[in-house]
Amino acid sequence: MMRERHDVIVLLFALAAVFIIAMLFLPVINLLFSAGFEGLIQAIRDKNAWKAIFVSFEAAFFATFLSFILGTPLAYLLARKRFPGKNLVESIIDLPIVIPHTVAGIALLLVLGRNGLIGASFNKFGMRLADSMAGIVAAMMFISAPFFINHAREGFESVDPRMENVAMSLGATRAKAMVTITFPLSLRNMFVGAIMTWARAISEFGAVIVIAYFPMVAPTYIYSRYIEYGLSQAIPVAALLLLICVSIFIVLRAIAERWRRYDKD
Amino acid sequence: MIRIEHLGKKWGNFSLKDISLEIEDGEYFVILGPTGAGKTLLLETIAGFHLPDHGKIFAGEKEITTLPSNERGMGFIYQDYMLFPHMRVRDNIAYGLKIREKDEEEIERHVQKLARMLHIENILERYPQNLSGGEKQRVAIARALAIEPKVLLLDEPLAALDEMLKGKIIEDLKRINRESKITFIHVTHSRSDAIILADRIAVMKDGRILQVGKAVDIFRKPISKFVAEFVGVENLFEGEAERRDGITVFRSGEMEMYSSVTMEGKVYASIRPEDIIISREKMESSARNCMEGIIKEMVDMGNIIRVNIDCGLPFMVNITHESMDEMHISIGERVYLIFKAQNVHLFR
Repeated sequence: MMRERHDVIVLLFALAAVFIIAMLFLPVINLLFSAGFEGLIQAIRDKNAWKAIFVSFEAAFFATFLSFILGTPLAYLLARKRFPGKNLVESIIDLPIVIPHTVAGIALLLVLGRNGLIGASFNKFGMRLADSMAGIVAAMMFISAPFFINHAREGFESVDPRMENVAMSLGATRAKAMVTITFPLSLRNMFVGAIMTWARAISEFGAVIVIAYFPMVAPTYIYSRYIEYGLSQAIPVAALLLLICVSIFIVLRAIAERWRRYDKD
Repeated sequence: MIRIEHLGKKWGNFSLKDISLEIEDGEYFVILGPTGAGKTLLLETIAGFHLPDHGKIFAGEKEITTLPSNERGMGFIYQDYMLFPHMRVRDNIAYGLKIREKDEEEIERHVQKLARMLHIENILERYPQNLSGGEKQRVAIARALAIEPKVLLLDEPLAALDEMLKGKIIEDLKRINRESKITFIHVTHSRSDAIILADRIAVMKDGRILQVGKAVDIFRKPISKFVAEFVGVENLFEGEAERRDGITVFRSGEMEMYSSVTMEGKVYASIRPEDIIISREKMESSARNCMEGIIKEMVDMGNIIRVNIDCGLPFMVNITHESMDEMHISIGERVYLIFKAQNVHLFR
């Protein structure tokens, strides 16, 4: 009797799982089929599409790199230290995840724009943050850095601080203990965090289009094709970007999965 | 010598309070206390992982209170080993030597020597995830010894081991302490581990050191009710002491017994079960105490028999199987308990 009831529950769960997977996967696969082989060839020959894709990749790379450089110390502090206002800091980190991306773009524009809090100072020296690569990187980082910080923090939290204690008792300075023990053991988390950050950054549209229509990133280019020429002209480039991103994402996830030997004792 | 003077450290809602200790070079010193006593915090403070709020720590004549842990030369072993999971056993052991930038040959020689000493030569290429509990513990010991520490700090190192393995690791620890002359400071909640290992024991509770002494003194002459109960004193009675004809008489209810300890007023009395003799006859002897009681229970523990005797208050006595066979005693019989006044320990 119990066994039968359990089987029914598993069946219901499986049905729900199939439904949600189909919901996630169907639009993606449908997009590829809609583009068709000829559409993909057409997109591959589109120099402007490649240019936009490279801008996206470049900006996403810098956003991820900066998230890594600036986010790692913060993630370590959040994982290891108790300090006043820690909850507030954690909320601030998660804020970009909950606010609409166009709102994020407008907020960033008010800071980085020509008359913005920071942008005005740059403007005095003839440097422009909005409508530039710097603006795109800032928008991507704003949206995606929380993914890196949270993953890295989870990685650091999963390394018992007593391991650092032992390393220090054996003669390592705190910095050496971090570099030789904590970082290698958190590397998988940091790597997965970086993948998620990069993936989120490359897919960002709402915040980027507000702060920088040009140089054109791939999502903006696809949007412009859609507005100017209609859906049929947007589909091939969209399918190309999808193929590239999914391929890279799969490879990076596979690398992260193979990193299991760093898993904790 | 490790000398701790009036050490205090607040940690959340808990604090170490005014801890003073002197631990001799080469001594096997055990800090014994229940969970939450502050043993690990004390050990970690000695190691330099925490700065004390007040008080001083000396290694020999040198004050090390604020010296970074990596400059103290103290090995540290945790209960759950804390082996580095991304390094093979060989690299775990060599970690401290590599930090000290020793040359490869010297590192290899040292690793091999320690591996031989701890019988782990065959697992040097393995990762910690693939080791048994005993192997992990030996690797942790080898790793700590690799830096040739003057002091080895051990945080409940036997708690996660089964009885057979524990026995072997205890032998290793005793041997290493004897041969290396390294000072061992070992914290545990286990009385039996403390008795077997310690040259001296400090009993700790609620962040305070309650009593320091040789194992025999701690177990035979506890200075407080907590220490007595924690070290497993079984015949523990609360009562009044008074001086009568040059000797102390302890009274608890209707029961009276003599003690050689000079004390008066409200006190506790304790008598170790093994210090009490059972007899079927009333005996005249130099032992000053002879009490009549009824056997309530007898439990065969294998090597001894534990006998519960009601003398107005419940007494626990250990007897051998030979004594049992000679006396033919059984539950419900009247017997006499005989013990010396000097074995009646009094404390407040």
